Amino acid sequence: MDVPSPRPAGSAVADGHADAPARLLPADRVELLRRMLLMRAIEARALALYKQGRVPGSFYDGFGQEAVSVGAAFAMGPRDRLCPLHRDLGAHLVRGVEPARILAQYLGRATGVTGGRDGNVHFGDPAVGVMGMVSMLPDMMCVATGMAMAFKLRGEARVALTWCGDGATSRGDFHEAMNWAGVQRLPVVFVLENNQFAYSTPLAKQFAVDPVERAAVYGFPGVTVDGNDAEAVFEAVRVARERARAGEGPTLVEAVTMRMHGHAAHDDMRYVPPELLAAWSERDPIERQERRVAALGEDVEALRASVDEEVEAAAAEALAAPMPDPADATRGVFATGEAQPLGDGRAPWSGFA
Amino acid sequence: MAAMTYLEAISDALREELRADPRVFVMGEDVGAFGGAFKVTDGLAEEFGEARVMDTPLAESAIVGAAVGAAVVGMRPVCEMQFADFVACGFDQLVNVAGKTHYRFGLAVPLVVRLPSGGGFSGGPFHSQNPEAWFMHAPGIKVLAPSTPEDAKGLLTAAIRDPNPVVFLEHKHLYRRVRGEVPAGTYETPMSARVARVGSDLTVIAYGAMVHAALEATEGMDVEVLDLRSLVPLDEQAILASVAKTSKVLIVDEANETCAAGAQVAALIAERAFEQLDGPIRRVATPDVPIPFSPPLEQAVLPSVERIRDACRDLLDY
Repeated sequence: MDVPSPRPAGSAVADGHADAPARLLPADRVELLRRMLLMRAIEARALALYKQGRVPGSFYDGFGQEAVSVGAAFAMGPRDRLCPLHRDLGAHLVRGVEPARILAQYLGRATGVTGGRDGNVHFGDPAVGVMGMVSMLPDMMCVATGMAMAFKLRGEARVALTWCGDGATSRGDFHEAMNWAGVQRLPVVFVLENNQFAYSTPLAKQFAVDPVERAAVYGFPGVTVDGNDAEAVFEAVRVARERARAGEGPTLVEAVTMRMHGHAAHDDMRYVPPELLAAWSERDPIERQERRVAALGEDVEALRASVDEEVEAAAAEALAAPMPDPADATRGVFATGEAQPLGDGRAPWSGFA
Repeated sequence: MAAMTYLEAISDALREELRADPRVFVMGEDVGAFGGAFKVTDGLAEEFGEARVMDTPLAESAIVGAAVGAAVVGMRPVCEMQFADFVACGFDQLVNVAGKTHYRFGLAVPLVVRLPSGGGFSGGPFHSQNPEAWFMHAPGIKVLAPSTPEDAKGLLTAAIRDPNPVVFLEHKHLYRRVRGEVPAGTYETPMSARVARVGSDLTVIAYGAMVHAALEATEGMDVEVLDLRSLVPLDEQAILASVAKTSKVLIVDEANETCAAGAQVAALIAERAFEQLDGPIRRVATPDVPIPFSPPLEQAVLPSVERIRDACRDLLDY
């Protein structure tokens, strides 16, 4: 079988990466690390709960891809809107969804974000400006395009951000959204999370031409960035957001990364060559950010301990939460009263302060 | 009040809501300067501008998906599928994204998808369908199908103001064929059934174009015609009340027979009104075939006034 050959880190990094530290204060760099640590700790805890049989259904995580969702979401302002995917837990964390609600979501509890109506990362908290994904990929690219269309229609300097995977580039909605966004020059940022595999299907069976190159034919730029570098992802998305706000239209940001776990927890991923995994494990996005933060004189061990403590407390809270009332299963299919749009989310980057 | 065609009444509803609410906008293929394939949006781009009466790329999935995105950031999109048949290309966005969002995390998705539907004029297999049952089976989507100009305007207004995804089936064969008095200004028609004619010997239940066929077929008979108007929500009380009164029921669908709206109505009556029945529940629908092109073939499958009349006579004699 063909072994995909990921481009090495930094081979085609978006313009402006060199400026990233200048735009990121030490507190921002620590915050990026903290959100990535939180994502990994929550997913590790949830995976353990899954293996104990306490998480119903299946379990998906973004192990190794933390920089993509955290870095991209970190570039978004409070009034921007996000449509993350199932490997993008970090986006929810950046926007301010509490870990206990996320763990309760995995556990199917009443206090989870969807109250048990949906599982795993299939949620969005409307209060923080995040729309939950559906499993049909990349449907949310069309939805984000519509958000951006509304912003443009109303003359608002706001941006929609969404993610898609390498496999999703094969479906028609990828084309429909990219074309529409290009035709109308919409303020939308598409992050292509290239993690080398769509379930078991490698890139070589998915496309003949790297999809980042398609952006040009839709009339807007496509840039490739090291998806295991949170600061590089942040910078590429920050630049894309600025373009969008200036009325210059969409950007496709390809974040090259690696899915370090199986498609879901049941998947032993024996189709992945061990040497490929070994090579990517040398490039862990969290370890990279830890080195940067340690160089700032921060106590990384203390940060880790604090995150672990937070997640333990959240897990205890989630495990103590009640299961949903069966009578709730048939409620809430339809909205009543005045429709409430998505609210504003947390935007921790110092650039918004 | 003014006399309007069914088509003019739909245009009037769009115009009134575009005037009244800056969140409302119209989008679809050729709906802007061209005014739409059936001219429902004719003149709207001139009055409201091409940003609010938006020509989109030929991309039904993105039309519905973009409507979802616009809706959740505070807009009230009204999409046009050029023909109802093409909603198949936007099915996933409607069923999986629009329909399930409020249930999953409490986020309302207020949008309307207008579906010019139905046959009777040699549209063939891809321009004649009645896809309403697809959406009745998909939780979270309201399904409306008016038969008169007055209801077309009032139900479209209600759909635009509703906080949910609504599919609005406007029957192409009624566009210019049916004319009636339509109130001026804005009003909402309730999403419930309407007694189109009072009668006592038999109830004929129909919606859309079949209401007119049922009225014609039962002229001179003491037959009640119930116009459902809304399929989701389904006005169960009105159905059961009429059946309780007449004890006999014929259900007419222009859609393909299996699992059509009428099948649900029949199941409801069988389950909840069995004791009131004085004869079998009868149905007239289109057999389970694609709608053929050539007039003799098409007329052979669509429910005709004669088939409805024959079924009524059988039931009255039962």
